[in-house]
Amino acid sequence: MSGTDALLEVKDLRIDIVSGSNRHNAVENVSFTIGRGETFGLVGESGCGKSITALAMIGLLRRPLAISGGSIRFKGQDLLELSAREMRRLRGNRIAMIFQEPMTALNPLSPVGRQIAEMFVLHQGATWQEAEKKAIEALASVQVPAPDQRVKNYPHQMSGGMRQRVMIAIALACDPDLLIADEPTTALDVTVQAEILKLMQELCDARGTAVLMISHDLGVIAKMCRRVGVMYAGHMAEERPVADVFRTPAHPYTKGLLSSLPRLGSRGSHGRKRLQEIEGVVPSIADFPAGCRFEPRCERATAVCANQKPAEIDLGNDGFVRCFHHE
Amino acid sequence: MSDRQEPLLRVEDLSVHFPVQGGVFSRSRKLLRAVNNVSLSLSKGECLSVVGESGCGKSTLALSIVGLQAPTSGTIYFDGKPITGAEQPSRMERARMAQIVFQDPYASLNPRQTVFTSLAAPLRLHGIGASEVEGRVEEIMRLVGLKPDQARRFPHEFSGGQRQRIGIARALVLNPKVVVLDEPVSALDVSIRAQIINLLLELKERLELSYIMISHDLSVVEHMSDRVAVMYFGQIVETGPWNSIFDNPTHPYTRRLIGAIPDPFAELAGTSLVDEAGTPPPAGYDFYPKEFGKHDVYSLPPPSQLVAIEGDHRVRLVPA
Amino acid sequence: MGLRLNLVIGGVLCVLIIGAAILAPWLAHFNPIMDADLMNAELPPDGQFWFGTDSQGRDVFTRILYGAQVSLTVGIGSQLINTTIGLILGISAGYFGGWWDDLVNGLTNLMLSIPSLIFALAIMAILGPGLASLLIALGLTNWSWTCRIARSSTLSLKSQGYVQAAKTLGYGDGRIMATQILPNMIGPVLVIATLGMGDAILAEAALSYLGLGIRPPQPSWGNMLTDARELIVIAPWAAIFPGVAIFLTVLGLNLFGDGLRDWLDPHMRTRKA
Repeated sequence: MSGTDALLEVKDLRIDIVSGSNRHNAVENVSFTIGRGETFGLVGESGCGKSITALAMIGLLRRPLAISGGSIRFKGQDLLELSAREMRRLRGNRIAMIFQEPMTALNPLSPVGRQIAEMFVLHQGATWQEAEKKAIEALASVQVPAPDQRVKNYPHQMSGGMRQRVMIAIALACDPDLLIADEPTTALDVTVQAEILKLMQELCDARGTAVLMISHDLGVIAKMCRRVGVMYAGHMAEERPVADVFRTPAHPYTKGLLSSLPRLGSRGSHGRKRLQEIEGVVPSIADFPAGCRFEPRCERATAVCANQKPAEIDLGNDGFVRCFHHE
Repeated sequence: MSDRQEPLLRVEDLSVHFPVQGGVFSRSRKLLRAVNNVSLSLSKGECLSVVGESGCGKSTLALSIVGLQAPTSGTIYFDGKPITGAEQPSRMERARMAQIVFQDPYASLNPRQTVFTSLAAPLRLHGIGASEVEGRVEEIMRLVGLKPDQARRFPHEFSGGQRQRIGIARALVLNPKVVVLDEPVSALDVSIRAQIINLLLELKERLELSYIMISHDLSVVEHMSDRVAVMYFGQIVETGPWNSIFDNPTHPYTRRLIGAIPDPFAELAGTSLVDEAGTPPPAGYDFYPKEFGKHDVYSLPPPSQLVAIEGDHRVRLVPA
Repeated sequence: MGLRLNLVIGGVLCVLIIGAAILAPWLAHFNPIMDADLMNAELPPDGQFWFGTDSQGRDVFTRILYGAQVSLTVGIGSQLINTTIGLILGISAGYFGGWWDDLVNGLTNLMLSIPSLIFALAIMAILGPGLASLLIALGLTNWSWTCRIARSSTLSLKSQGYVQAAKTLGYGDGRIMATQILPNMIGPVLVIATLGMGDAILAEAALSYLGLGIRPPQPSWGNMLTDARELIVIAPWAAIFPGVAIFLTVLGLNLFGDGLRDWLDPHMRTRKA
């Protein structure tokens, strides 16, 4: 990705967990770029560090987590060099975030209209009256029916899908350049999920908003993203266009993952095949291996994998992989 | 899968309704209709999956089958004998018929008991002698892929996948014939789901078990099931053999459900999981329900029927 | 190591104090009631009277030792009764729900709205003074908090997978409450129980002052404190030593309770694994 197009450039990000005298690494050597208006996915399972990485983008990491290396360049500016006040001006305004659980992300004691209006008052200097009007428009833009009445609702008076729409309205209120979505539909039913994802796609396409989509669901990633980074135990295993990752996975982890999941339609054509298991379990932070973190579970592992962390290899076609034995 | 003999488990016209608390002093007349006149059957060695979204009643149905939720009306039969209502068996007798594996491996084991105790105590309760108990615990642990020498550890010392194996072992320790699987892999890391799915299928073969699986993950459902039942607000709206349901989803709700799944390979190929036109309802009938978003758990559904459209493939219809 | 410290310090304190109470006849140099020579009244601590003497010329040290017997019996005994009542009512109310739950809740609310000391007073007035009446009165009036905690813990534990699994495995309700639910709420219950012991000892003091508890000249830390109120300026030792004794006892019980709770928690025990 050429430098001029990049909206967000993350290089060699390193995040540690520090508690007392113990220092454990959570995320290491993570690099990726998101272009303007592009939807980029981060996929991985629990403990892979995708959520921590997302929080680092928006500057919400708190003790005991701490960024201990690397850079996050947003529109050319390294966010790690900004003061807390400068970061606060960006947050909600140019970089926004939506979370998995709308019930806990929204203030239960405040009407939703007010929570949306706050964005206009805080970042655009609007008066409360103007802001309330804009809040109604915002609710309409996320396809909430009867928005002028719904502005007065409290979160608990709305369904899960509706609450997620409110969160999207709050996030997109100030037309941010980047929207970070952390598992936005995991807690929703599958039909509601489909509606919310479609809404996000429409809104972000129309406004040219770039999206960093975090999910453990490969289907959601395939549907929404153009490029994806696969994370495992704090490392970026591969970062490639979505089609390439699914058709020709380069990293043994991705390959193993795709073979282990039951594929809709395959039983009909090939009969029920025993799923290919990946041996072992996802390591916990205290037990991360010294070299390649997937090495203990990898079929292709050799001695070098246990001792050295693999460097980033350019695969061409905008794809990168970190593996000594990639395809 | 037609039953010439009595099916192993038969649910007949089951309804589960909960009274809803009204104001401060009164119990209002409103009922939460979790399950409405559901009938289904399970044959020996079969895996029946029940799918649906939140509020459809699948969890309540599962709890009723293992005796954790008393039905409001209707009967459940096991091997032809009723296990609900006036003639229901004791808890001890029921324990040998059907057991359940829970969704959350982190909440389903007693944190203050070792694995050994969790598996041995039920055996002792049912009168198995001390000498046999040790052997049986060892056997069942090996069966689910755990090392018996870890039996004296506590649940928090195991990973999520291992805890789920312990949960499965506990469900099998009394040799039940039916096992209810409540979202058995949803709470597990994606890279270890295959291990548990393979294990469950192996155990079904080896021990001649029958499963009722509750799941919202349709790819797991397609892989594991022999038959599928789709539920919507307390009623089964479509049911049939797995290939019939996935190849020819007929009911509008089933089509909506399958169509909403984000499947990576379909996305990339640009195809849809549900083709354009569905099979229309038979003459003189309409699908029930036809529209969505208008129902809730309190309203009484209109009379309707599950009608066979092809072999054992049935959909819910109302007269047009 | 932190958890061991609680257990050890608390345990040592408790053992010392309980030991002192049991061995009072051998450890004391005087008779707590009979050796009262007004010539020795209000003497400061010295070689003969280790803790000094009170207004009646009795040896404070001796009376502390014999008083320990009373205070410990009241404190631990009444709390055992309280905790048992609270657990039985609270767990069953949370487990079964329905009319029983309503009844227990109503009863608990009633108990909480009546100041427990007044209630205990009323019971003592009927039963008359003495150790047994104290135990009954204090034991029957302070179970409300334990009941509340037990009930709310039961409500949240009821829906855990392993409790439901116990039902499907054939366990009866009583066995489930005893083996699955009770052990998982030991923590808060232990803390309340040990805190309550301190309260009970102080309640005994109040009741004894009103003439309804342990009647003088029988010593209890409570009535020693009330006797010494007038002597605060001239003979402070008569109040300080009973006060310190109560403090150390309550501290020891609390630390031991905390340590025991942690020691029973499998998470804490096997942290190294």
